[in-house]
Formats: sequence, structure tokens, C-alpha cells
Amino acid sequence: MRHILSLLLENESGALSRVAGLFSARGYNIEALSVAPTEDPTLSRMTIVTSGSDDVIEQITKQLNKLIDVVKVFDLNEGRYIERELMLVKIRAEGTDREEIKRTADIFRGRVIDVTDRTYTIELTGPRDKLDAFLEAIDSSLILETVRTGASGIGRGEWILRV
Amino acid sequence: MRLTGAEIAIQCLVEENVPYVFGYPGGAVLHIYDALFNQDKVRHILVRHEQAALHAADAYARATGRPGVALVTSGPGVTNAVTGIATAYMDSIPMVIISGQVPTPAIGLDAFQEVDTVGITRPCVKHNFLVKHVDELASTMKKAFYVATSGRPGPVLVDIPKDVSQHITEFDYPKSVSMRSYNPVNKGHTGQIKKAVQMLMEAKRPMIYVGGGAILGDASHLVTKLVKDLGYPCTNTLMGLGAFPATDPQFVGMLGMHGTYEANLAMQHCDVLLAVGARFDDRVIGNPQHFYVEGRRIIHIDIDPSSISKRVRVDVPIVGNIIDVLNEMLKLVEESPVSVDALALKQWWQQINTWRERQCLKYTNSTEIIKPQYVIEKLYEATQGDAIVTSDVGQHQMWAAQYYKFDKPRRWLNSGGLGTMGFGLPAAMGAQLAFPDMPVACVTGEASIQMCIQELSTCKQYHLPVKIVNLNNRYLGMVRQWQEILHGNRYSESYMDALPDFVKLAESYGHVGMRIENPADVEGALKEAFSLKDRVVFLDFLTDQTENVFPMVKAGAGLTEMLLGAEDL
Ligand SMILES: Cc1cc2nc3c(=O)[nH]c(=O)nc-3n(C[C@H](O)[C@H](O)[C@H](O)COP(=O)(O)OP(=O)(O)OC[C@H]3O[C@@H](n4cnc5c(N)ncnc54)[C@H](O)[C@@H]3O)c2cc1C
Ligand SMILES: Cc1ncc(C[n+]2csc(CCOP(=O)(O)OP(=O)(O)O)c2C)c(N)n1
Ligand SMILES: [Mg+2]
Repeated sequence: MRHILSLLLENESGALSRVAGLFSARGYNIEALSVAPTEDPTLSRMTIVTSGSDDVIEQITKQLNKLIDVVKVFDLNEGRYIERELMLVKIRAEGTDREEIKRTADIFRGRVIDVTDRTYTIELTGPRDKLDAFLEAIDSSLILETVRTGASGIGRGEWILRV
Repeated sequence: MRLTGAEIAIQCLVEENVPYVFGYPGGAVLHIYDALFNQDKVRHILVRHEQAALHAADAYARATGRPGVALVTSGPGVTNAVTGIATAYMDSIPMVIISGQVPTPAIGLDAFQEVDTVGITRPCVKHNFLVKHVDELASTMKKAFYVATSGRPGPVLVDIPKDVSQHITEFDYPKSVSMRSYNPVNKGHTGQIKKAVQMLMEAKRPMIYVGGGAILGDASHLVTKLVKDLGYPCTNTLMGLGAFPATDPQFVGMLGMHGTYEANLAMQHCDVLLAVGARFDDRVIGNPQHFYVEGRRIIHIDIDPSSISKRVRVDVPIVGNIIDVLNEMLKLVEESPVSVDALALKQWWQQINTWRERQCLKYTNSTEIIKPQYVIEKLYEATQGDAIVTSDVGQHQMWAAQYYKFDKPRRWLNSGGLGTMGFGLPAAMGAQLAFPDMPVACVTGEASIQMCIQELSTCKQYHLPVKIVNLNNRYLGMVRQWQEILHGNRYSESYMDALPDFVKLAESYGHVGMRIENPADVEGALKEAFSLKDRVVFLDFLTDQTENVFPMVKAGAGLTEMLLGAEDL
């Protein structure tokens, strides 16, 4: 099953490679990983999208907790959570396609953030499924480039991950 | 006090009461060696290869329970040390490794003798640090010792760039350390412990399986008390040998790939299994699918949550330090309203004793040719079972484990997790330094010993009178055994040709060499060797080349699928 793990880790050089190294050394799946500093400059927040059986996910969390630079690990799937991902996509937009693409972007609440005579660059946020659905809705031969951040996740309601 | 980084590094060792640092100098650590030169509190042992520095420091830790310390230079010094670091990591040995690094402005420029030490060692250390500023050095060293020795122990590396070791700052060694991201637990969950004790008291066919954690956690006395109080059978892993006395009737021998018939069958047929500081290794339980038994309940005590339910699902996990957990358990056992089921236990022992009657460790001795098992039995007698025994890796290691009956912890020092040939001799040096008056024997093979043979020179320099028991079968015996059993007798590259004359070799290093070819001479040679208290003696026993280690569970097979002897092949 797909799991989203939220981590707080020491904002130290090398912390990222310890986490990434753990996943490759132990053969765990990694679909996406994103990391950035938090409001507390000594801490980074990392979101990892992974998948595996319950046993494997349990081991992944234990192994992550074992890393000295990792302060907290939380499996968002244990509660209710919100997941968002940002995608930038550059699309060939000429002639009649131009209107069509714009309309599709509107339906997905995407925004055109850069334009040339022949292209649109569209910004889209949402859970992974939504971004996938948008790409499916566009003729694939028109898609020139996509950049995705990987998921960020946060628990719903009053639930807070902090030190 | 204002000191250079180099002086601080040494001063931190003094603060940590480190008596020995095992190392080898080079450009990036010249300042540190200079600081060593100017003091006499920490003694430096100059090895002949960095791998040996690591093994010696590691064995010092295994023998004493105190952290071992090694010092190596950047680049090749570090890469030579990696095998030793990984060896310590796999067996959870507390160590601090100081490595030199190129000066900070040169990092990343492919400078002379630069390697990414933190990157190279990351997968085989508990933690590592690159010290970027001299102001961080003392607190980093403090953290290094704390992390290495607390929780599940392990090696911690501190990489010190040359300029950092030269810069000057105020030295102030922190009294304590707290890290928000690292808080090992010691006390176990009381509810879980209660549940475990109840399960243990109700058991009809109990089994206690004790691993290296009991030795690392200095809990042998509590393990022994629990086993004795309950009257249950006990087995030790290769790493746990000595945690429960091997000569006690409740000891059913080592378990696992080369464990005894009775230990392996008891593991499989018990109804309640208590695992204490043991990690269900693949060499211990074989195939987990086969190991699974419907209805058998497992209690697992370990300080590292990730050791629990890693290979085998357990019913009662207890995360905590063995000392704390067992103290609590012993109290509950004492207060328990129910006592153990004496009748069931009696029947269980009867069952175990019928398995014992197979005498799986029996071998046919010979008057013509030296049997390796016989050498170990005589070694046991010659040392009254009270030596520190180190070993290398191979058949000789298994025979030492099976036939030298370890009654005390920290007497059996070997590389179990990584299985590092070359460990034995430097390990013997570290143990001998820790216990100058104890007999130290290195049980080795003609192949393994050659992987760190240069250390005979270190033994000479520092007067470390270790006894080398070379079970010379002219083969990579363990490899040859697998080739015989699993690869149709095709002995691909496992014959050790062109061996040196070990007697002359030992003599050339200034030691005593003996070659023993006749079984009748085994006992006398060992006695003579151990009577030469201040000399290194290299005993080269020419042993039976065809001998195999039994029992044997083939890799991937189940614990009950044991080969008990040549007739099973
Ligand atoms: C040629 C060869 C053959 C081998 N054959 C066998 C064999 O037949 N049988 C065998 O047993 N092994 C064998 N081994 C060794 C095997 O590979 C493993 O190294 C060994 O079995 C692991 O031992 P262990 O389970 O006791 O764990 P260790 O590696 O000793 O780990 C200790 C465990 O205890 C925990 N721990 C540490 N400190 C504490 C504490 N204070 N409190 C609580 N928990 C703590 C740790 O977290 C860890 O989980 C062989 C090795 C070689 C090289
Ligand atoms: C550094 C290293 N290389 C290779 C191996 C694989 N290996 C395991 S046992 C063994 C043979 C050891 O031969 P020897 O030291 O003569 O011991 P014997 O088995 O003959 O007693 C080898 C090559 C290892 N464990 N370590
Ligand atoms: Mg050999």
C-alpha cells in the first residue's frame, strides 16, 4: 500500500543523504521525496511517498527513527491527512488546441503562468491523482515537459507534527 | 584553556578515560600525532595496517565493554579502515574512529588523499560527523562517545579536516550531552513485561534464546539467574556464547547453521520462545517461512525496535535494555502466584535429552592425523577454559565456538555479522592489551591469518604474547565444505597453495614457531606454548584436510533440516 511519511530532521548537511541512502541500501520503494527547511531553521521537513506491505512500512519507520539526524517520523496514513503536489507543465498550444488546453486547465483549476505563440506553461496543484488525470486529459503528443515536486502532506484538523 | 583542535581531540580521549588508541599516521593527522607526542595519558599503538587498528580497538571494546578508539589518516587510511568499521557495525560494537580529512578549503577539489569519508562510511557506522569548525570539536567528540556507547552500541566516526586540527579555541569538555533526535529507551513497557512473564510461566515447552545483546548489555548474570530460576533450556547464538555458561546442564549448545541438534530442534518445537538480545539472523533461524510454527509464541527483548519483527513476527515485543527488563522480569517471576508447570517441563527435558543422545558434536578422533576439534578440546584443557579466545572466519571459527565451552561473557571475540577474515590476530592484540595477564588465543586458519599476518610485528613491538592456534588444513576450508556439499566437489580456487613456512615466518618476526603434525604432540605443544608467558607462539597444526563442520543447516533451509555428518551428504 502507498504511504506518505512525514519527517522532521536536523537541518544538517548529510541528513538527506542518510535518508536516501537508507532507502537504497535496504531496497525500500521510494516514489517521491521532498524536503525544505521549516519555520525553525534548525529543522527540515521531509515528505516521503513510499509503498510496501505493513511489515515493510513498519521497518521503514523504525529504520528512519534509528537515524540520528531524524527527530520525528509520522506515517500520515495513520490518520486523516491532506496531500498536495505542485506540477509545472509546458504544452504545445497552437491553433484550435490553444482554446481546448486553456479550457481543460480551467476545469482542473490550473493557471497559465507563461505563454508564447506556440506554448502554454501551466501550474497545477492537487493530490497526485488529480495531476495524473490532467495529464491524461491532454493529448500526450502535445506535452513538452513536466516538473513535479512530489507530494507534501499534512495531518487534518488539530493534529500537529512538531518536536 | 586554549588548545589546538589536535590537542582537543586528544584531551577528549583523556576525559573519556581512553587508555589506548590504535592507529597509523599520515599527512592529514600530523597535528593530532604531534599532540599525542606531547602527552603520556593516552597510549598509541602503532599497527601495521589500518584494518588491524580497527579490529584491535574493536576487540578491546568486546573484551572490556568500554569503547575502542582508532585513529587513521584521510584517503587510504580511511579506506583501509572501512572493513574494520563494518565489522564493528555488524556486531554492534561501541567504537569511536577519528579520521583525518583534507583541509576544509580543499574539500571537494579532489585534493591529495581526499575521499568522501562521511559518504563512504555512512552505511556502516551508527553515526558520523564531519567537524567543520574547531569550536564544534569537543561537543562532537562528546556526542560521538555518547552515541557509540548508548542504546544499541556501534561505531561512530569523527572526520577532522587538517585545518580544524590546527586551529585554536577555548577547550571545554561538556559534562553531559542531550540530543533531541536521539533518546534510546532503557526501561521496558511494564504491561508487556507482565504479559511476557505470564506467558513464560504458563509455557509447557519453553526455550530461552540469548544473543550478543546480553553480552553487549553486560546482562549475563541476569540471564543466568532467569534461566536457573525457571529451570528452562537455554541456547546462545554465536555472538552470545558465554552469556549463559556452556558447562551448565541447562545449556543446550549454540543454535543455528552450525548449532547443535538439540538447540535447533528445541527452537522449532518449543511453545514459548524468549529471545534476549538476539536478532533472528539468517544463520540462526534459516528460512523464516520454515521457522514459523503455528501456535508458538515469541517474546523478544531488544533495545533496537528495528531488530524486532524484522525477520520474524513476534507476539510480545519488549523494547528496552536487557538489564532493566530482566530485573523487572525476575521480580515478577519471584512474585508470580503460579509456578512453572513442573510436569510439562520434565517431559520437555526428557524430549530434549533424547535429542541430546544423538551426540551431534561427536567426532571420530584419529591417531594418525590431527582432528581440528581435538585441538580445540585440548586448547580448552590447556587454558582451563578460562582464556580469551579470538578467531578468524571459517571452519576453525565454528569448531572453536562448538568445542571451547565458554562459561563467561567477553571471552569469545569473533566477527559474526560481517564474517571478516583477518579479524583474529589484531583482535587478540586488543584483548591482550586490555588484559595483560590473561592467556589470549587466536584460533585461525592458514588463509585467514594471512589477511593480517603483518601484525606479528605489532605484537613484537608491544610485547603482546598472544598464542596463535593455526588449524592449517591447506584449504579455504569453509569454502571447500560448501563446494563439497553444494557444488559437486568442484573445489574452485579453494586450495591454499604456496603456503609460507609459518614456523620460520614467526621466527623472522622474533617469535616462537611450532609445527605440530602428530595428534600425540597436540597437548604437549599447547602446554608448552602457554607456559611461554611472555612470548608470542605460533602453533601451526597440520589438520585433517577433509574434515567438515557438522551439524550443518544449508543456507535457506529450515532449522530441522540438519546434516549431522558425512553420512547425511
Ligand atoms: C562462518 C559463519 C557461520 C555462522 N554460523 C552461525 C551459527 O551457526 N549460529 C549462530 O548463532 N550464528 C552464526 N553466525 C553468526 C551470525 O552471522 C550472526 O552474526 C549472529 O548469529 C548474530 O547474533 P545475535 O542474534 O546474537 O545478534 P547480535 O549481532 O549480537 O546483535 C545483538 C542484538 O542485541 C541487541 N542489543 C544490544 N545491546 C542490547 C541491550 N543492552 N539490551 C537489549 N538489546 C540489546 C541489538 O539491538 C541486536 O539486535 C555465523 C557467522 C559466520 C561468519
Ligand atoms: C575477507 C573475507 N574474504 C572472504 C571470505 C569468505 N570466506 C569465508 S570462510 C573462508 C575460508 C577461510 O579459510 P581459513 O582461514 O583457512 O579457515 P578454514 O575454513 O580452513 O578453517 C572464506 C574465503 C571472508 N569471510 N572474509
Ligand atoms: Mg584453512
